[in-house]
Amino acid sequence: MHEGSIVESLLALAVENAERAQASRIVTINVVIGELAGVVEEAMEFYFGFLSKGTIAAGAGLSFKRVPAQLRCRRCSNVFAPASADLRCPACGEAGVEIVAGRELYIDSLEVE
Amino acid sequence: MTVKILTVKEDILGANDEKARTNRALVDQHHILLINVMSSPGAGKTSLIMQTINRFKSTTRIAVIEGDIASTIDADKVSQLGIPAVQINTAGACHLDANMIRKALDSLALDQLDLVVIENVGNLICTAEFALGAHKKVMLLSVPEGDDKPYKYPLMFTEADVVLVNKTDVAPYFDFNLAAFTKAVTGLNPKAKIMPISAKTGEGLEAWFSWLEAEMKANRKGAK
Repeated sequence: MHEGSIVESLLALAVENAERAQASRIVTINVVIGELAGVVEEAMEFYFGFLSKGTIAAGAGLSFKRVPAQLRCRRCSNVFAPASADLRCPACGEAGVEIVAGRELYIDSLEVE
Repeated sequence: MTVKILTVKEDILGANDEKARTNRALVDQHHILLINVMSSPGAGKTSLIMQTINRFKSTTRIAVIEGDIASTIDADKVSQLGIPAVQINTAGACHLDANMIRKALDSLALDQLDLVVIENVGNLICTAEFALGAHKKVMLLSVPEGDDKPYKYPLMFTEADVVLVNKTDVAPYFDFNLAAFTKAVTGLNPKAKIMPISAKTGEGLEAWFSWLEAEMKANRKGAK
């Protein structure tokens, strides 16, 4: 349950960017979350609801784009989406993999007024 | 009013990462090795740290930063060994962040220390997400937790420099397959050093002590 701290950082970053652009209100925050980032959207929304009160982001919508996990096999370089509890390469069975995508956690853009 | 789109493309935890870099710079300035110890609750972090203090306290100036949601139980245990301990109570948060570590470092006499050990909040998920500025990440996994954890918490195992498999003294009562575990960890993280230990009986701890000693030596050398 680290969504509380993540939302605090997200809010600070969003408000900072919006104020720099002299926006008066944030309408939507477009967030990109990797499957392996371990972030629950409902929990983000829950924290955002009360942490954003009294800021220019109050009432803003959170729009989430999910990035699926992608692993690359260290032996045959095959890139694949892992099955839930099996991280082995489906092509050659190798257990050695590196994470190519799925760790993302960033604000892509803001929609402001 | 018309809606404008502002491109941001910035990491949400970027501010924490930046703070972590300043923590690293601070400990480097004082030639201190900073290590971050992470595990599930009850895996044996405090026992490991106490064994480590007892082994090194005559030759190394150590301090411990204890992270817990509440209580000072762990800091009290460490203090009894005559070691400076800072207790951070996260008041509900499941991890330590770089800012908390900065405050704790600021309360320590850094010019009189060689090693600072951070005992993170017991958690395999959130702690892996928040950089603290540590030189090395040490992860503890205890035998009763099972050998399938690398598949369930891949990020933690990807991040660790050392993985200590604790509680080998109770291994006969569990079906922990060390070979399968090692294969899973090295699959995700080929550079991770895996060491089976028992923080209770002391079995295997020499390997951990040698690793830590070598890291402290390397850190001092790098400082010169």
